[in-house]
Amino acid sequence: MYEKDGEKYFVVDGHVHYWDASPGNWIEGQEQYAKGWIECFYGYHQLGPEEYYWPMEKYQKYSEETMMKDLFEDGYVDKAIFLPTYLKSWYKEGFNTIEQDAILAEKYPDKFILNGRFDPRDGEEGLREFERDHERYGFKGVKLYTAEWHNGSKGWSLKSPEAKRYLEKCEELGVTNIHVHKGPTIWPLNKDAFDVRDVDDAATSFPKLNFIVEHVGLPRIEDFCFMATQEPNVYAGLSVVLGALMHSRPRFFAKVMGELLFWVGEDKMIWASDYAIWHPRWQVEMFVDWDYPEGYEYDDFPRLSTEGKKKIIGLNAARLYDIEVPAELRLPEADTDAQTVEPTVS
Amino acid sequence: MTSRAQVLDALSGVRDPELDEPITDLEFVSGLEVEDGAVSVWLRLPTYFCAPNFAYLMVADAKEAVLSVPGIERANVVLEDHYASGEINVGVNDEHGFDGAFPEETESPDLEELRMVFRRKSFVSRQEQLCRKLLAEDNTPSDLARMTLADIPASDLLGKYLERRIELGLDVSGGAPLVVDPEGKRIPEDAVVQHLRFARTVRVSIEGNAELCRGLLATRYEIPNREERTA
Repeated sequence: MYEKDGEKYFVVDGHVHYWDASPGNWIEGQEQYAKGWIECFYGYHQLGPEEYYWPMEKYQKYSEETMMKDLFEDGYVDKAIFLPTYLKSWYKEGFNTIEQDAILAEKYPDKFILNGRFDPRDGEEGLREFERDHERYGFKGVKLYTAEWHNGSKGWSLKSPEAKRYLEKCEELGVTNIHVHKGPTIWPLNKDAFDVRDVDDAATSFPKLNFIVEHVGLPRIEDFCFMATQEPNVYAGLSVVLGALMHSRPRFFAKVMGELLFWVGEDKMIWASDYAIWHPRWQVEMFVDWDYPEGYEYDDFPRLSTEGKKKIIGLNAARLYDIEVPAELRLPEADTDAQTVEPTVS
Repeated sequence: MTSRAQVLDALSGVRDPELDEPITDLEFVSGLEVEDGAVSVWLRLPTYFCAPNFAYLMVADAKEAVLSVPGIERANVVLEDHYASGEINVGVNDEHGFDGAFPEETESPDLEELRMVFRRKSFVSRQEQLCRKLLAEDNTPSDLARMTLADIPASDLLGKYLERRIELGLDVSGGAPLVVDPEGKRIPEDAVVQHLRFARTVRVSIEGNAELCRGLLATRYEIPNREERTA
């Protein structure tokens, strides 16, 4: 919970990691990719305020104590959602697996929500594994990374028949929140890797599922906006938007926020820190204080009220994940235009 | 004798297709050697995992640009610090083409379709920039709908917009309408406002992406922050 000027904010961090990118976890012969990946993350890390920088060694692998303190003592977070990222082509035990996240999620069940994952290229066996994982952990959501390398393949599409079978399984199991992350490399390499049209296709085919597009489809914000405005079940995941732009590029951050508020609206935007890329503390503080800079460039963007900020920083995610919000932190009337699909599993 | 300035000038004509800015302005050119008609160029990108298709286009375009300079007979362009540096450098310098550089990983023979997608985005964005300026100068959207290219005073924005029209093979004669779609079709008066609203989002996306990439390049190579420098 964050309090400022007499207003109280319920804080749900929609995207956190508990990763191990230390050299001991690098696969022999793949070290350059494992190292390149975490260095790439470290570049993003340095777009935040300097007082929050970590040394590389800590950034590669951090402790339970660090994470608990950063999120729940210093970072104002009431509930954090784990989104696993496997990358088992480069990391022996994976970069940030369900099992790794479950260590904390099972120890602190009131603090974390644990999301699952699947990769349609794993076929029948993967589908059974997803079912077993769900039986054990009771997922309300999954994180999908379409740019993951897998044997010879460099990515997959939500449009594929294999992906459809997995999404049907999500519907059947009541795993309603589908977090989709687009990355830079996908087959075929000569096409645009960040194309979000497959999300559009899946969102239309599966109206009972919510699709949260992580990083709002960056760098294809316009394609994301044009799609999200037409699909009632597509949401904007704001990780990276706040972390990478709010501090380092405030004017562009304001324009991107203005576009998102115009096309997608405050009921369908979900904040996330993307911890440990960035610390949640400065993001929460700065966002609550945020307003457009002076200038006619920003004049016709929709304004964002305190109520809107409360939705984005926690209440929207609470709705998607059926998180109970203490009475004094709710909005007076919680009506909304967004057609959220409530999870059927509690 | 060919000077470095001539080669740099040629390289300034190479754009990042996604960011719509010259690779020289983006500080992607990290090294240049000119010696007896032979040129070596080193390029760098904001991250190790930048999309290899756009990276390939920039390396290939840089090589072509350098070879267009009179007196240059040989050019070697090297992409540094990228996960696919090896494939891209060999692919471009030995002229295997993109599909030759990444066998089994492409679906059609080249990158022209991808390039066209981003040329259209660039066109839309540049048109919006020009129209925004014209609106700020007290023209109405209806005025814009009626204007032809001959009505627009010369400016850097107009120059860039005309370049993008030429790239798409669109009419750039004085009588051609100002506000057209990427196929060259005139936007009707009652649709201009909506057309420019979409176009603005395209422009914000390209500019925001460019700023993100500048930020990442700056942290990666410890280049002083641009916003700070100009503040």
